[in-house]
Amino acid sequence: MKNIDSKGHVRGESIYLDDIPMRVGTLYGDIYDAPCAHGKIKSVDYSEAEQFPGVVKILTHQDVSGENQIGGIFPDEPLFAEDEIHFWGMPIALIIAETEYIARQARKLIKIDIEKLPAIVDPKEAKAKGSLIFPPRTFKLGDVEAAWEGCDYVFEGSADSGGQEHLYIETQGAYAYLMENGNVRIASSTQGPTAVQRTVAKVLGVPMHKVEVDVTRLGGGFGGKEDQATAWGVMAALATTALKRPVKIALHRMDDMRMTGKRHPYRSDFKIGLNKDLKITAYEVTFYQNAGAAADLSPAVMERTLFHATNSYYIPNVTATAYSCRTHLPPNTAFRGFGGPQGMFVMESAIAKAARELGVEPHEIQQRNLLKDGDEFPYGQIVDHAEALSTWENAVDKFKLQSLRQEVDDFNSHNKHLKKGIAMQPVCFGISFTNTPMNNARALVHIYSDGSVGVSTGAVEMGQGVNTKMLQVAASTFSIDPAKVKLETTNTTRVANTSPSAASSTADLNGKALQIACDKLLERLKETAAKVLKSEVTYILLQDDQVYCEGKPTELSWEQLVQAAFLDRVCLTENGHYATPVIHFDKAKEKGHPFAYHVYGTAILVVTVDCIRGTYVFDAVKLVHDFGKSMNEHIDLGQIEGGLVQGIGWMTMEDLQYNDEGKLLSNALSTYKVPDIYSVPKEIIVEALETEGHEMAILKSKAVGEPPLMYGLGAYFAIQDAIRAYNPDYQMKFDAPFTPEKVLNGLYEKSNVSVPGV
Amino acid sequence: MEFILNDSIIKTDKPGGMTLLDFIRYDNHLTGTKIGCREGDCGACTVLIGELKEGKVSYKSMTSCITPLINVKGKHVVTIEGLNMKELSPVQQAFVETGGTQCGFCTAGFIVSLSGYCMSEKEPRYEDGISAIDGNICRCTGYKSIERATDMIVERLAQKDVNDPVSWLVNEQFIPEYFIDIPNKLEAIKMASQPTNGHEEGLPKVGGGTDLYVQRPDDLITGSVNGFYDLPALKNITITTNKCLLGAGVTVSDLMKSKEFNSLFPSLQKHLKLVSSTQIRNMGTIAGNFVNASPIGDLTIFFLALDSTLHLRETGGEIRKVKLRDFYKGYKEITLKANELVEGVEFNLPDDSTYFNFEKVSKRTYLDIASVNAAICITLTADGCVETIHASAGGVGPTPLYLSKTSSYLKGKSLTPDHVRSAVEMLREDTSPISDVRGSREYKILLLRQLFFAHFIELFPEKFEIEMLV
Repeated sequence: MKNIDSKGHVRGESIYLDDIPMRVGTLYGDIYDAPCAHGKIKSVDYSEAEQFPGVVKILTHQDVSGENQIGGIFPDEPLFAEDEIHFWGMPIALIIAETEYIARQARKLIKIDIEKLPAIVDPKEAKAKGSLIFPPRTFKLGDVEAAWEGCDYVFEGSADSGGQEHLYIETQGAYAYLMENGNVRIASSTQGPTAVQRTVAKVLGVPMHKVEVDVTRLGGGFGGKEDQATAWGVMAALATTALKRPVKIALHRMDDMRMTGKRHPYRSDFKIGLNKDLKITAYEVTFYQNAGAAADLSPAVMERTLFHATNSYYIPNVTATAYSCRTHLPPNTAFRGFGGPQGMFVMESAIAKAARELGVEPHEIQQRNLLKDGDEFPYGQIVDHAEALSTWENAVDKFKLQSLRQEVDDFNSHNKHLKKGIAMQPVCFGISFTNTPMNNARALVHIYSDGSVGVSTGAVEMGQGVNTKMLQVAASTFSIDPAKVKLETTNTTRVANTSPSAASSTADLNGKALQIACDKLLERLKETAAKVLKSEVTYILLQDDQVYCEGKPTELSWEQLVQAAFLDRVCLTENGHYATPVIHFDKAKEKGHPFAYHVYGTAILVVTVDCIRGTYVFDAVKLVHDFGKSMNEHIDLGQIEGGLVQGIGWMTMEDLQYNDEGKLLSNALSTYKVPDIYSVPKEIIVEALETEGHEMAILKSKAVGEPPLMYGLGAYFAIQDAIRAYNPDYQMKFDAPFTPEKVLNGLYEKSNVSVPGV
Repeated sequence: MEFILNDSIIKTDKPGGMTLLDFIRYDNHLTGTKIGCREGDCGACTVLIGELKEGKVSYKSMTSCITPLINVKGKHVVTIEGLNMKELSPVQQAFVETGGTQCGFCTAGFIVSLSGYCMSEKEPRYEDGISAIDGNICRCTGYKSIERATDMIVERLAQKDVNDPVSWLVNEQFIPEYFIDIPNKLEAIKMASQPTNGHEEGLPKVGGGTDLYVQRPDDLITGSVNGFYDLPALKNITITTNKCLLGAGVTVSDLMKSKEFNSLFPSLQKHLKLVSSTQIRNMGTIAGNFVNASPIGDLTIFFLALDSTLHLRETGGEIRKVKLRDFYKGYKEITLKANELVEGVEFNLPDDSTYFNFEKVSKRTYLDIASVNAAICITLTADGCVETIHASAGGVGPTPLYLSKTSSYLKGKSLTPDHVRSAVEMLREDTSPISDVRGSREYKILLLRQLFFAHFIELFPEKFEIEMLV
């Protein structure tokens, strides 16, 4: 089934935040933010801005009627700065004006006097100064200290990865207006409607039932609108409450890039021990997460880094420690993969380093250590339904790894200016919110008396196709024409207390809840049918919009059945609630069974590096992915291709740069580059691993949002392989992204010889 | 001013400096055109601008976020709403079929760009279809589904009547029927929309707007501007026996489309494809690139290596000729008087003994600003020595640089790896790169050396290989 939203998209008729028809009297908000990363506010002079024609009001922390606090996990993040500034771009005030232009002009008239303080931008420096968000955590398996002695080889190193700007093409925003009795309704571009609702209630000092959040769709999220959409929703609600007029905030791109957090940059140190047979027997890793100025989702992101520290490999002795380091960058946040990719990058770096030192191909080490059923993850979960080896072997066979390698070597021996490189990238990603209580969802289904169906869930559509998948669940459960089902907006008054659309789990959780609701309705309808047909429920079947009795079609259509049930006063509305079974995790012991299941896959990446210019092109990415039994191959393929390219972008051109004072330098699309149509791999082949699927996945179709991003890690190691083919003196460094600058330096670095001309 | 927006004639007294995007979205409530970046870098706001020429309308894609309203005077502006019919067009259908749309926010921009491509009078080619969307960024799909959609569309176009694409496209329901009448309607508003621009003193001067609207939109969007984009006199490409004269308003796309200009530079397509994106190339003028004075202006580097001469003129005055290499005085400082205008640029025609090359490296190969760009133009004597040489480089100093020391060092020398290597020493004296977001100082020094080597490897492959040089 094709994506049900695509028709609106291609006609430009889908409605995003900035497309909502304006209510009469709407005002516009623009944020005045901190012009330095760390300091004490001595005074702010708003007088000139306040007098600017068209400015209605400037709101600050003093206008907050409840708590000036938006921190989701820890209350450590003010909505508006009070006395101190903690990051460049921290909101200080909200200018409300008759037009957006006026608000922006007025912003330039605000004067601030700040006593500047030194800014920390490096997480290791923050750790050294004791600046942590919360205490470090350690995951342990076996006994690393004891294991080193028994290792034939031990290697140490460090690996750093940069941040990543989400670059959803629709920027952050919210539109709020008052209903009766001071109730407020907010249209928000958020992945977490409940987070917006809860925080608005807290900041306004009102109960949650006075706040309604409605989400139609997002123009991209990728994690960037999970927690960080909240501030704008809260500000719009605050202003609309204060001024009794509708208020819209839609951030300008540069404001969005400056004010919002991104994927966490990490610095890490590793030590890896192997035996002669290339089995990894010990692995020690320390992560320094650059959390930015406030917790935001950093504790959860850091936790997932620990969960995925060993990627697809079984290592019997592991100690993984992570520090969440408080710096003066904007609070870093969720981004597809949620800390997992950062952890896996270090693991892959350690393997690459060991392979180089031992003179073997990295894939020889990778292959020998893949997870098998019965192995234990460092967090105590026992591996079952492992598809690490099967995807690996399928990839090696289907794509003929040996001949690919041969082609690369042949090319390299025949070409002087161009060199090719190759890398294998296995991925293992756990599915569930690592915070167990969040793994639940609800759905509300109305069957209208004419047989049409309205479905509400907690799922937010942001391009991942969850609307389509929900529609498939409802239509297939009732066995009716999908055209009879409509997906409603995501609204806190219809489905309450939701978890955000995140963790790749949205379709699983909401889909299962929807299935439960539909099953209950189906049961009732069957009872009606049995009554009408004077039969018994067990003989009734609904199929293709028709009622079947004892295996034969009857005169009763879906519409007639619904009508009969309606006249018989049967309740045609149902609510479903689903909470993932089995999962648990004990944070005191750092052990448990946190994931419903894991998703596996293996990719082969081939790159060509221009050794004159230091540029590169990806020739091909060929991968075998464990979809389970895909319920929508069309949508799932799109997730693989899109995730992969986003991962390659993170590893190559997406170069997030801050200066030493904590100012974002790559602050616009002209200076922060995401992949364009020419920079994606020329060929992407996605093969589905044949499996029976997983019972805990919706319709046995495994979660697909985040895992493919990590195939992109291989981009780094493929480039490294090509550089080595040109420059045998190249000293391996693990410092993503691999920009053309680093590539050129790598191509021409010589031990102790300066490059002529430099 | 008057113009046509989709199927409606628009008469408006809105300021000419206002962006077309705001006019479309907020004054006309056509919300299919999206705001992604407001600097021409994402393509979500792409529209088609049709211009009447000799009874036909030729359509180009442009990013409406940096298009001043005045630049569409007398033209046909097409948004996604103006392409919608009762049923999906084959372009729209292809995106649905292939999953070329996920969040959908960038989608309308892609549909508009590709629909514009369909109207081209060239034989359909997949590569050209892709080229038409090189200025559209999608963050969701990884583009593969969009490539598949493009392939489907190009296949459908195989039957296209390239002499009258609009009628064919209307028949095949690629575009709505009203397109047939547009030439007549444009003809009718022609008198009301004569270019009055370019004559109002004291207002900000705007050509294509591609840089001004990125650098200082707030200074422009509420008032009138002095627009030069449509002055016919500035649009000419004139080639005489030994010179080429380009009008100031010639766009990068005009250069790429000109048969004559292509014949002068065999690798022109490859070189100019490195300049921004299709949408921006459709808007950006050569004079805009010169006066913008960016130290890494691609066209400026290109024309510096041709040792070009600018034609400047004060209102009502005589032409003053200034060498492009003498035009730059310091960072963003140029020798242009307050009421003086760049009218054009001229250079000597290359001949059979001329070797020209342009190189550019940026973080992303296309639609990016250079870390370093470089150009060279060499003529050889009969015995293979360097007769004349002009080399230029961007991103390695406060202005676009003419590499005079390097050039004069190589003049008269034979083409040997030794001489080229020694010339690299001179690059150090010609340049003064600094570290910034596009690369460290050390990188730019190394990269310039490599690009300089690349010139010789590209131009004289039988003589140079990278091993001989490094």
